[in-house]
Amino acid sequence: MNPFDFITQTLRIAVPYLFAASGGLVAERAGIVSLTLEGFMLSGAFTATLGSYYSGSPVIGVLAGAAGGLLFGLLHGIATVRFRADQVVSGIAVNLLVIGLTQVILMLLFDSSSNSPRVEGFQAGLSGFGDPLVWLGLASVPVVAFLLYRTPFGLRVQAAGEHPEAAASVGINVRFIRYVAVAISGVLAGLGGVYLALDQHQFTNNMTAGRGFIAIAAVIFGRWDPWRAGAACLLFAAAETTQIQLQGVAGIPSQFIGMIPYLLTIVALAGLVGRAVAPAALGRAED
Amino acid sequence: MSESLLRRAEEALLPPIVALLVALILGDILILLFHESPAHVYGRMIEGAWGNPYGFAQVLYKTTTLTFAGLAIALALRAGLFNIGAEGQLAAGAFGAALMGIILPAGTPGVLAVPLCLLAAAAAGLLAGGVPGVLKTKFGAHEVIVTIMLNFIILALLNWLLVEHFRVEETLHTAEINAGAVPRLSEFIPGFHGSAANVTFLFAMAAAVWCWWYLFRTPGGYALRATGLQAEAAEYSGIRVGRVWIKAMALGGMLAALGGTNFVLGYKHYYEDGFTGGSGFLAIAVAIVGRNHPFGVVLAAFFFATLSQGGLAIHALVPKQMVEVLQGIVILAMAAAVPEVQRALRGVRSARGATT
Repeated sequence: MNPFDFITQTLRIAVPYLFAASGGLVAERAGIVSLTLEGFMLSGAFTATLGSYYSGSPVIGVLAGAAGGLLFGLLHGIATVRFRADQVVSGIAVNLLVIGLTQVILMLLFDSSSNSPRVEGFQAGLSGFGDPLVWLGLASVPVVAFLLYRTPFGLRVQAAGEHPEAAASVGINVRFIRYVAVAISGVLAGLGGVYLALDQHQFTNNMTAGRGFIAIAAVIFGRWDPWRAGAACLLFAAAETTQIQLQGVAGIPSQFIGMIPYLLTIVALAGLVGRAVAPAALGRAED
Repeated sequence: MSESLLRRAEEALLPPIVALLVALILGDILILLFHESPAHVYGRMIEGAWGNPYGFAQVLYKTTTLTFAGLAIALALRAGLFNIGAEGQLAAGAFGAALMGIILPAGTPGVLAVPLCLLAAAAAGLLAGGVPGVLKTKFGAHEVIVTIMLNFIILALLNWLLVEHFRVEETLHTAEINAGAVPRLSEFIPGFHGSAANVTFLFAMAAAVWCWWYLFRTPGGYALRATGLQAEAAEYSGIRVGRVWIKAMALGGMLAALGGTNFVLGYKHYYEDGFTGGSGFLAIAVAIVGRNHPFGVVLAAFFFATLSQGGLAIHALVPKQMVEVLQGIVILAMAAAVPEVQRALRGVRSARGATT
């Protein structure tokens, strides 16, 4: 395979990771644990399919997908910010809920427990780069970096995640900031799912298949910095591309390639590639 | 005295009751969407789970795995740690037991083979739970993320071992074990005929009693609970918090791994890819609804097992995935209700205190 194809395939595989990791990063920097990314992605994929199916327009699909991610982002926000539920537990519940709900509604609407009918997606010509979602996904990293480091809102997000009490004492509405952050993460991760669904022209059961967790891995491996997290997404995607290219060729078993993101995350957490410093107030309810 | 007992009962029981009520109401709405009567659906569910000996035995089978995995999570939570790794630990234990059962020559007496298989499972679980414990203690690596990542790593590793080395051609399971099975409960209770329920259920109950005894009646359990309540204070009072963390995670891994033997030693007699089917994640709900008390865990495991078995009986009326939705709602409502109910109770009490 020529290097050009390798790069384009890597970029396309990275799109859902980039969306979800950028979103997860915003929530985590505000102090909300993002074990929910898998659920957000799946809900985005599902509602995008519904939107595109009923309107025949992929643009409506994208909007519906963003709304689906937003909905569960807000649910996680209400549980953790309003009710101060344990963020890990709430995250697991949201994931379970989305997996169950998508299947139940799939049955209700299409009488199938495995997949939706074919839906309209974008023209993916130009090696897949005709799809505007690819460009949006690539843009999500600089946009989130700008938002986080160059805007007053971003500074408030960082304050909410590092020292909520101090933030509150200078008049920042920590709860509101956290709501907005988790909503943004829902929308962005939802768009990651939208790309998957529209690219494959249908929703299939549990189609995100652990990608949300790889995105969390990228956030941690990137030490909670958007640029480094984006680079981690590209790294993981490149490993996946390599594995796909090597299929059938005697080489490293695919299971071991699949482990790379998870192993690297553990290595990062164990401080072997420099200290991974999480936002200080990550996981703590604001009092 | 009775006042404090009442208080404890209120704090233990109110959140689960609130959570179940919320789930019940939201579940009703979902059922109505399918133009079915909630009473009819819930009735079917209970009938399918408890209405006949076979269904009830299946509930006991599911209770077994969930109890072991739920205890694993509850024990870690008592030490202030979140073990999300039960899914991988279950699989590791099942694989360990199956390998031992295959290696042992046929005709090895059960009194020798079963303990050896349990030992192999326990060793696998000790490793799967111990590694995150050590990484937490020595490097400060957060156990939530490490255990999630380890789930993927363990399942991928087992998949590779199975596909490349141990599977029976054209299947995703190992050969049947030569030695090491435990009897089905149906050998003692004929009505349970055809059900997978087996003697591992009794092991699970024994494990719950052991956990209770360990947590509340031994110095080790005291150190564990003290660490969970206030790690820094525990450290000042001379408890080696790091060791407690490693021990709690390793013990938890071991318990979850023993849950995996329910499938291998009691049911299929081989390891099969994907047999856990999310039990390890559901066990998080079991631990939380059971309020991290070993006996609460048993009750919660029985409750979720009932939901799961009952879910099969309602498939003709509504999709059985409805059960997953209900589980999600119960966990979410439970997580939200615990701090909320505790605050409300505090409010009521201080109001009461003010008037008397």
